[in-house]
Order: sequence, then C-alpha cells, then structure tokens
Amino acid sequence: MSTVKMLSYIKRDSPVHRLNGVTKLITFLAWTVVCMLSYDTRVLLTAMVFSLIIFKLAKIHLKEVGFILVFICFFLLLNDAAIYFFSPEEGVRIYGARHLIFQISDRYTVTQEQLFYLFNVTLKYLTVVPIALLFLLTTDPSEFAASLTGIRVPYKLSYAVSITLRYIADIQTDFHNISQAQQARGVDLSKKTSLKKRISGIAIIAVPLIFSSLDRIDLISNAMDLRGFGKKEKRTWYSARPFQKADYCVITAVVILSIIGLLITFLDGQRFFNPFIS
Amino acid sequence: MKLSTRTIVAIGIGAAVFLVLNRFVSIPSGIPNTTINTAYAFLAFMAVIFGPIAGALIGLIGHVLTDATAYGSVWWSWVIVSVFVGAVIGLSWKRINIENGIFGKKEIITFNLYQIAANLVGWGLLAPVLDIIIYAEPSDKVFMQGLVAGLANLVTIAILGTAFLAIYARTRTKTGSLNIEK
Repeated sequence: MSTVKMLSYIKRDSPVHRLNGVTKLITFLAWTVVCMLSYDTRVLLTAMVFSLIIFKLAKIHLKEVGFILVFICFFLLLNDAAIYFFSPEEGVRIYGARHLIFQISDRYTVTQEQLFYLFNVTLKYLTVVPIALLFLLTTDPSEFAASLTGIRVPYKLSYAVSITLRYIADIQTDFHNISQAQQARGVDLSKKTSLKKRISGIAIIAVPLIFSSLDRIDLISNAMDLRGFGKKEKRTWYSARPFQKADYCVITAVVILSIIGLLITFLDGQRFFNPFIS
Repeated sequence: MKLSTRTIVAIGIGAAVFLVLNRFVSIPSGIPNTTINTAYAFLAFMAVIFGPIAGALIGLIGHVLTDATAYGSVWWSWVIVSVFVGAVIGLSWKRINIENGIFGKKEIITFNLYQIAANLVGWGLLAPVLDIIIYAEPSDKVFMQGLVAGLANLVTIAILGTAFLAIYARTRTKTGSLNIEK
C-alpha cells in the first residue's frame, strides 16, 4: 500500500527541462485540445510521432514510466473490449461501409471498420500520454503555479494548485500514520472481512484524516493572512523564469501545428478519416 | 471573484486530500470496476462547508492531478463531471447552515436531494454525452458506465458524506446554545 507509485518531477538537464513552464503548459493544452477534437488517423499518428520524438529529447528513461505505460495499455485494452462488447458494429455505423472479416456469432462480427475504429480510439487516448507525462515529469512543481499565472489564471487559484502540490506528500504521510495506527487497534481492511466492516474501517481512517486536514486549513490560512496574502492585485513568483528564444519557437511551432492538424481534420466536413469510402 | 484566503487554502488542501483518498482509500465493492470511493464523499463534504466555487475547484484540481499522477493523462470528460458534481452539491451550502452546528433531518434530506440530483445528472447524463462527443464511444457502453459510477458515488455520498457532515456539525457550537442564568 505504501509502495503505490506516483508520477512526479524528475530533475535532469535536457532541452525540454530547460523550457519555460508556461511553454510546456501551452503545449500540453494545445495537444490535448487537438487530440480531443480530431479523430483523423493521419493527424493522430503525426502527433504520436512528434510526441515520441520530444519524449526522446527529454531524456526520460522508459523504466521510469514503465509501470504507468503497462497500466494505461491494460486500461485501454479493457476499454476496447468493453466497446466491442456493447457495440460490435460501431465502426460500421461511423464509416458507413462494411467489410466483414469473420463472424463469431450473429451479433459479434469482426469487420475492418470496427478494427479501424478501435485502433483510432486507442490511438486517440494514447497520443496525449507522452506529452502529459512529459509535462508532469519535466516541470518543477514550484514553477507550475507561476506557469498557470502565465496563462492568465488568477494568481489566487494558481496558489491553490501550488498548495495542493506542496501538501500531497504531507497528507499521504498523515494517511499512512492514521492507517497504521488504526490497523494496530484492530481495524481490518483486507478482503477477509465483510463489506460492511470494510466501509466502517474506511470511515475510521478517513475521519481523522479529514478533520486533521481541516485544522491544517485554518493554520495555513491564518499564516497566509498574517503575511498579507491577497492584498494586492498582482504578485510575482520566486520560481518564474524569463522567456527564452526556444520558448517562442516552441510556442509558434505548436500553434501552427495545431491549426494545421485541425484544418486537416475538419476540411472534409467531418472529424473521422475514412479510408473505406473515397 | 472574491475568494477568502481560507477558501483558497481549503481548495488547495481539499484537492490534496481528494487525491490521497482517491488513490489509497477506496475499496472494491464486489462489482467489477466499481469502487466505494471516499474521495467523492469528501468532495461533497467540502462543497457543503466551503460552497460551490470551492466544490467545483476541488473537483477540478483533485481529479486532474489524480488522473495525471496515476495514468499520466487526463480524462477531461470525467473531470468536467467532478467539477459539476462539486458545484451542484455546493449549491446546498446556503440552505444547510453547518457552521451553526445544525444538521438534523431537514438538512440531511436537503443535502441528499442535491447530491442525488448532482450524481444522476453528472454521471448519468453529462459523462456519457461528453464521452460520445469527445471520444465517439458507443452510447450503450458509456451510459452503462456512467450509471454504474453514478450509483456507486451516490450510495457512497449518502452513507459517508452524510456521516462526515454529521460529525462535523457536532464539532461546531450551536447558536443560542447558551442560556442566561436567572
């Protein structure tokens, strides 16, 4: 339980690490928007190739993210299976053609269209992963709040995010201590006990965690008020960095690529790339 | 938008607790892929204490960071639902005066009406529709998924959320709890 792995910042020197947090946030958001809007295989594949190249540049080793990748692939396969289970002919409906490969039963057919559709769904989910991972692994958390303000998020909200990032580790420790203490007192959370007992066990751990966090809120907000937080319209950030030439280049490239991607997607009037009907 | 320092901190800490609960304190309910997730009971609890803006933002930050640290990618369609659920439950904050230590039958019913509406509309309607719009997934599948998630959260909030609020109310001082001695 204490060994649950969480993705977090890895300090290293690479071209991606050196980029400004704002640049990385804009890239991440643009990537997300394009991959959410587009269903065009060509656009998604290009985005995938680009993101893998950037991933290579960032000097992140595969073994550092391996556990997540396995997890995501498993999740996506499960999702594909669920889609097929509920709607084996979804692809046929979307692409308006039917190339039967073989048939399992009356309802469950295997068509080229369905396979292509499932490939696209998986690709669509997968394309965002490298960029999202990179954003997470190469952005210093203390720079993150500054980056949010950089894209015009009100600084009080950026500060809330910064508090979250700062306190996750503390609250995790709190949770661990409470959980150990309650287990020492005989609370059993394993699968051996009944569901009802497990729910009350969860409540017994959650309640002290929640109430100690409420105390923490009072403590921190008093400290911040005493230091005059929120008195001014603007604030500066210790970890904010000035924009470099590379940042302007990356942002320009990302914006142009996103526009091209969206143009290719929507120019033929729909978001799907259809190789079945030409 | 005027937010007090206390609300800002509540959003920050709330999101962190949401993440920790989401990652560590959920138990399998026996139905595959469905967990009894204390995080949403906590979200409902915070929304009632700190209001709809705090509820929405705890849902937003908490869910985005949970997804990002667990999967390395963010499922925006479901994030939007967390924001919606937090905000709608938060709307009951004016009707439930929890800070005065009153959380009786009337308040319990109000709270549960809001949370049931939020979960049904959020998971039963908003989540599937967004999944269809964004990911073009088959409608049968996403409605089924949304319904199961919604019902699981609904029950969790009804049991644990109500319990958390009742415990919290007992820590507050009731107004008019002092009598003049004559």
